[in-house]
Amino acid sequence: MASFETTMEAGTAMNETVKDAAASAAAVMPVGHETKISATKVSVFYGEKQALFDVSIDIPARQVMAFIGPSGCGKSTFLRCINRMNDTIDICRVTGTIAIDGADIYDPKIDPVLLRARVGMVFQKPNPFPKSIYDNIAYGPRIHGVAKAGSQMDEIVETSLRRAGLWNEVKDRLREPGTGLSGGQQQRLCIARAIAVNPDVILMDEPCSALDPIATAKVEELIDELRERYTIVIVTHSMQQAARVSQKAAFFHLGNLIEVDETERMFTNPRDQRTQDYITGRFG
Amino acid sequence: MSDTTQQPARKERNAWFEADARLKRRHLADKRLRAYGIAAIVFALGMLATLVGTILVTAAPAVTQTMVTFEVEVPEGSVDPANPSGGSYQTMLNASIARIFPDVDTPRELRELRQLFSNGGQYQLRDKILANPSLIGGTVSITFPLSDIGDQLHKGVIDRNLPPDFRRVNDAQIAWYDVLVERGQISTPLNWGLILNADSRFPELAGLRGALVGSFYALLVCFLVSFPVGIAAAVYLEEFAPKNRLTDLIEVNINNLAAVPSIVFGLLGLAVFLNFFGMPRSAPIVGGLVLSLMTLPTIIIATRAALKAVPPSIREAAIGVGASKMQTVGHHVLPLAMPGILTGTIIGLAQALGETAPLLLIGMNAFITAAPDSMFNPSTALPTQIYIWADSPERGFTSRTSAAIIVLLGFLVCMNAIAIYMRKRFERRW
Repeated sequence: MASFETTMEAGTAMNETVKDAAASAAAVMPVGHETKISATKVSVFYGEKQALFDVSIDIPARQVMAFIGPSGCGKSTFLRCINRMNDTIDICRVTGTIAIDGADIYDPKIDPVLLRARVGMVFQKPNPFPKSIYDNIAYGPRIHGVAKAGSQMDEIVETSLRRAGLWNEVKDRLREPGTGLSGGQQQRLCIARAIAVNPDVILMDEPCSALDPIATAKVEELIDELRERYTIVIVTHSMQQAARVSQKAAFFHLGNLIEVDETERMFTNPRDQRTQDYITGRFG
Repeated sequence: MSDTTQQPARKERNAWFEADARLKRRHLADKRLRAYGIAAIVFALGMLATLVGTILVTAAPAVTQTMVTFEVEVPEGSVDPANPSGGSYQTMLNASIARIFPDVDTPRELRELRQLFSNGGQYQLRDKILANPSLIGGTVSITFPLSDIGDQLHKGVIDRNLPPDFRRVNDAQIAWYDVLVERGQISTPLNWGLILNADSRFPELAGLRGALVGSFYALLVCFLVSFPVGIAAAVYLEEFAPKNRLTDLIEVNINNLAAVPSIVFGLLGLAVFLNFFGMPRSAPIVGGLVLSLMTLPTIIIATRAALKAVPPSIREAAIGVGASKMQTVGHHVLPLAMPGILTGTIIGLAQALGETAPLLLIGMNAFITAAPDSMFNPSTALPTQIYIWADSPERGFTSRTSAAIIVLLGFLVCMNAIAIYMRKRFERRW
């Protein structure tokens, strides 16, 4: 809000530049979506072995971007660079820059802990804490000091669970362990846990690969709804899933980013032969 | 097998029979292996039963203590009411003994008569008068232990049918004892003194109180030192330390430390804690410190194993919502690893409870007749007390040694039971 007022007071000259910038951005970016995450020449090394080669990509805000590609192609590795999850691996080294809203997240001044509060993550296997459903959601806000225990926290828990479409199923058993839920419910609980700290970006690493088709459909539906508020990056092995949930798609192969395009266009009319081969099922 | 008589199947079955022979051999080998296993277990159980059985049988006489009851006259003027502890209680006691055996008068006979009774009687009489000075001038009934030979005679450990040269009591003593039995002055109540008394030169008065208190203090010190230090070391090594040659070296050394003979730790304790730091000799605090040196590697190894067993997905989940490394460990990993850590700790402490060699070297095998008031006072511990008693020549100590072993084993079983209970109680699924 403060920044909005400043802009208002800055007068017309400022407004002009903003408009200009917006106009030039619109010229580059289709559909009028501003860039949320911008990666430039990102390479990742595990020890001596290079896993990712000079990946440059712009990820638009409030859309679902799908990373597809065969196993071991580096899509998960790249995803985990976006919230610096790779920092936890000793031998992992990242070069290049990734900027979120223009700020380089590998800047030494950036605290990875705060970054991860803004860039939430959902993992392949549902991994709720072995605590109550309530505590699973409340943990993030509690450690970040967003809310103290009490009605404020209750509200955050309810909102997060509602947004994850889980509220009606669990509202009567918030004190029961989160590990007692079904697989699909657990995964939605993990999504609720991620959005409880109010992130801008949600990274999903094959969120449905451990779920049955019905639970998968529910999570996909949820992803579609979440797109209104959050920028979502999803890694998936399922081409159909990419087609169903994403607006844009990026194809990775052997550590290289091959192609980025509107999902529809990529699936109907891929520019690269390798993309064509992959989505038609010739390899991978 | 129902179609054995049917002809058409015969040809096919020939092939089957051949396979059957091989199969039979395999099954036989299987059965043999199983039999070996059962035999090994039976052998082990047999040895255990023999061990425990021997200890129980040997300890049985120590369950009760033969006591004798006397009515002792405390004449007016024999005790100064202003200073009751100064009275000559042994004289009064001797007088009442002499009243029952009037014809014993030579000094040699009197000495032999008194050998039947523990010298604890006079103190009991004194304590009664101290507690209630109004008893002066009346008659006081006291029940106190027979001496070791009287006790053994009563329990049949000393065989009265042996020729006098082969037994530790002479015919006169047996006759006096029989008189006491006839008069109904002998009783055999449960031997609470074994737990409640401190150590003594006389088996009938010796108890485990000093050793129990000493062991408790030593284990307390051991726990307070090794539990936090062990967990801190393990958490750092497992969660924070970089994986390089130095940490590898540390890990190997910790594993080696767990295998170092305990007597070496005793020597270390003697050199460092006693000689260098000048800490009190025979004190439980030093014993606890030495034991904690031994327990530390056990706790570190158990804690690291428990931390490793926490699935990485939990760490990822915590880091993913923005928990710092410290919060991840403190809020999630450590609580989940706690059952394993506690189990390892209790097993380490149980090991420390039974450890004797290091305590011998720092002087916890001293002869100390009072339970320690604090962890800085000299005392013994359970295993060293067993060691002392096993070394003593009196017959009464034989059964008491076994009884002390049972007490020690009882504590060990309890601690292991607690460890199992904790593991079951706090085990969590994820």
